[in-house]
Amino acid sequence: MLNAKIPAGPLESKWTDYKGHCKLVNPANKRKLEVIIVGTGLAGASAAASLGELGYKVKAFCFQDSPRRAHSIAAQGGINAAKNYQNDGDSVFRLFYDTIKGGDYRAREANVHRLAEVSTNIIDQCVAQGVPFAREYGGLLSNRSFGGTQVQRTFYAAGQTGQQLLIGAYQALERQVALGNVKMYSRHEMLEIVKIDGKARGIIARDLVSGELERHFGHAVLLCSGGYGNVFYLSTNAMGSNVTAAWKAHRQGALFSNPCFTQIHPTCIPVSGDHQSKLTLMSESLRNDGRIWVPKKQNDTRKATDIPEEERDYYLERRYPAFGNLVPRDVASRAAKERCDAGYGVGSSKQAVYLDYASAIERYGRTEANKQGRNNVSLEEIIAMGKEVVKEKYGNLFDMYEKITGENPYEVPMRIYPAVHYTMGGLWVDYELQTTVPGLYALGEANFSDHGANRLGASALMQGLADGYFVIPYTIGNYLADEIYSKAIATDHPAFAEAEKAVSDRINQLMNIRGKQSVESFHKRLGKIMWDKCGMARNEEGLKQAIQEIQALKKEFWSDVRIPGEINGMNPELDKANRVADFIELGELMCIDALNRNESCGGHFREESQTEEGEAMRDDANFMYVAAWEFKGEHQWELHKEALNYDVIKPSQRNYK
Amino acid sequence: MEHYTMNLNLKVWRQKNSASKGEFKLYRVENISSEMSFLEMFDVLNEQLIRDGEDPVTFDHDCREGICGACSMYINGKPHGPWQANTTCQLHMRAFKDGDTVVVEPWRANAFPVIKDLMVDRTAFDRIIQAGGYISVNTGNAVDGNALPIEKDKADASFAAAMCIGCGACVAACKNSSAMLFLSAKVSHLALLPQGAPERKSRVMNMVAQMDKEGFGSCTNTGACEATCPKEISISNIARLNQEYLMAGLTAE
Repeated sequence: MLNAKIPAGPLESKWTDYKGHCKLVNPANKRKLEVIIVGTGLAGASAAASLGELGYKVKAFCFQDSPRRAHSIAAQGGINAAKNYQNDGDSVFRLFYDTIKGGDYRAREANVHRLAEVSTNIIDQCVAQGVPFAREYGGLLSNRSFGGTQVQRTFYAAGQTGQQLLIGAYQALERQVALGNVKMYSRHEMLEIVKIDGKARGIIARDLVSGELERHFGHAVLLCSGGYGNVFYLSTNAMGSNVTAAWKAHRQGALFSNPCFTQIHPTCIPVSGDHQSKLTLMSESLRNDGRIWVPKKQNDTRKATDIPEEERDYYLERRYPAFGNLVPRDVASRAAKERCDAGYGVGSSKQAVYLDYASAIERYGRTEANKQGRNNVSLEEIIAMGKEVVKEKYGNLFDMYEKITGENPYEVPMRIYPAVHYTMGGLWVDYELQTTVPGLYALGEANFSDHGANRLGASALMQGLADGYFVIPYTIGNYLADEIYSKAIATDHPAFAEAEKAVSDRINQLMNIRGKQSVESFHKRLGKIMWDKCGMARNEEGLKQAIQEIQALKKEFWSDVRIPGEINGMNPELDKANRVADFIELGELMCIDALNRNESCGGHFREESQTEEGEAMRDDANFMYVAAWEFKGEHQWELHKEALNYDVIKPSQRNYK
Repeated sequence: MEHYTMNLNLKVWRQKNSASKGEFKLYRVENISSEMSFLEMFDVLNEQLIRDGEDPVTFDHDCREGICGACSMYINGKPHGPWQANTTCQLHMRAFKDGDTVVVEPWRANAFPVIKDLMVDRTAFDRIIQAGGYISVNTGNAVDGNALPIEKDKADASFAAAMCIGCGACVAACKNSSAMLFLSAKVSHLALLPQGAPERKSRVMNMVAQMDKEGFGSCTNTGACEATCPKEISISNIARLNQEYLMAGLTAE
């Protein structure tokens, strides 16, 4: 039943051929067609601006007070593009190849190739909008390198690339709002998809200020609502990031793919106590110079600086002499967890390892002394010079660390621990980004399509903008061209009334539980189950337990949650309860998917599927497919498989030894 | 850093909605860890209020890493609290000591009406952007990114202005509730780039007109905005804005 609608022909001409042959909608008809967009991050804002420019009547929704605050804004590192400005051998094919390989051969070739093709247009578009990318003295664009590649193809704006790209897309969106092509609904949350004759025809949204439910019609609905990392409670996601829009679509028939594929980033500031509400990422670039260690003695309570060299265990250098501190993200994350679980963790929570810059500071200091041609320099002077060099390279990150922890990382080693960062899984979409519900699309992190089992750094921004600026404007026309005879449906249609009633009933049910436990406490418990049993390492027994625990948690939630306040008015606890209820259901599906996929690939590590040295082992013979789950009823899902065919790239086992 | 716990007295502005009259309410929170963020301390307060059957305090927040611009608390008389170049979400409790009384209010400005408690409506900023805070280029019209070299100094200065997170602390800090720092950051970001040149005059005229329409006050150059800005946006942007405005006015047809 799953038809990805991948165009025929050679890989490199599929997208060109598609664009040359897809249906078009004439300008007069575009004015009559309405498109609903949920979410205004990079994917949503760029889609809303582009479709508004084309002449469609667009309605855009976000739960934040302004579209400029969507979580794309927090991305630090950069955006990849196959420009080959550095003349270092980059090409569309290499970006395509790196992305497929980085994803551990669990992504679709045709989608990823298209992504690599349009990557160059994104940079041009953003420059034209006035995005202030970093530049060289000659006035040309600067690039840096990132993990998983051998070329310099990452464009950036200091450590705020996501912010600058989102502001660019936001300004383009606001321009369309001013022109009347886009109507913006901020502080609104989508709570249901309205289907008429099998097609997506609108949404039910809640005005978060007044609490009123609203009906909105659209000839098509685009979900650009981001990822679901907050199912773990603690993640680098924003507090409001949620799965609700995607989950409502799933319950209305859209298949959900590879939900167990989550990316856990090794260098985050660790949890400091039970009060912790979110985790902050420290750029991966810190691993270039820092050395990671824990004490050799369990439960060592001495200060890091009091532990002599011979009593330190540089476990990555010990276990992976070839790659040392630069092993891939998933390996580094699992190794830190292993040490902490075994009782060697540091800090007050004992869930952290040291990232130490002392030797880098000394090394840079000596180099600096050499550069200045000075001999007989005291160690103090060398260290002072080294600190200056480190400050130039990583100053802003060190400052951020100090702000959060109150510790000076120039003097004492930083404490780091892995944290949930990105979700590769999402709504199943075909080549046109359409879900299994006609007229319902998913863009950006909300879909599953481009990153396989692991996403490379600086690729999330690329995908969000590719989908919104350069893919959907073509593919949606192919659908809407057949809709020009469909008049706008009045929202007093029974399907709208029914959907609104379902939403209203659910809200009433939640408010009437009047139990004893707060929404937050349920979310924390869900997060702990997910982190312990469906986190960095998973096994059959743990996953089976997790499924039972989540089912029990769901029951408890629906009988004992306490939501204060009223339905008709601003009520953030109610908003959160709606989201947590969906996270609980998603958590169960993630465990089911992780249990089904009895192989290790990318971010998904099944303990049963590893080599003798503890490395991840893929099982292409049995699992080279996209797992697409169909919702069948409470606690029931049916698995559909989309086989992955590699016509151009030959999959190989990733090996870092 | 030695970790310690503290008990605090909070004086928090409570207001049911924009139509109702607000008031300060006193709360006590205990065993607050110095490692918590200021918003996590508010999470503790809210859990306490929920347990006691009271309405939790409503406030805006999202990324909690100082970049989205949502959080907006006026703490002990300063937007975002006592630390320099900082947002409320990145303020940590080691800034306070046991027994302190902390006063927390919303942004106060006519153009930012209170929605509830500490949450205000900042859509006026979006409307100022709609008036011209963009470059009019449709998707697909761009030339190659390197076809137009831009001096590094100008690109860097443009970026420094573009770092504004639109939180509104500048307005909250200003005795006149002026939005000049916010507006000047956007005008500078775009005026410093060659891509922004074609719309330079109309942009500044329209954005200033919209700012006035929204009810923000005038700028009297006291510099409170610059001193409080979490992203250290320079007041020199306001000088540039005035220059742009003057030039646009003088050469208007």
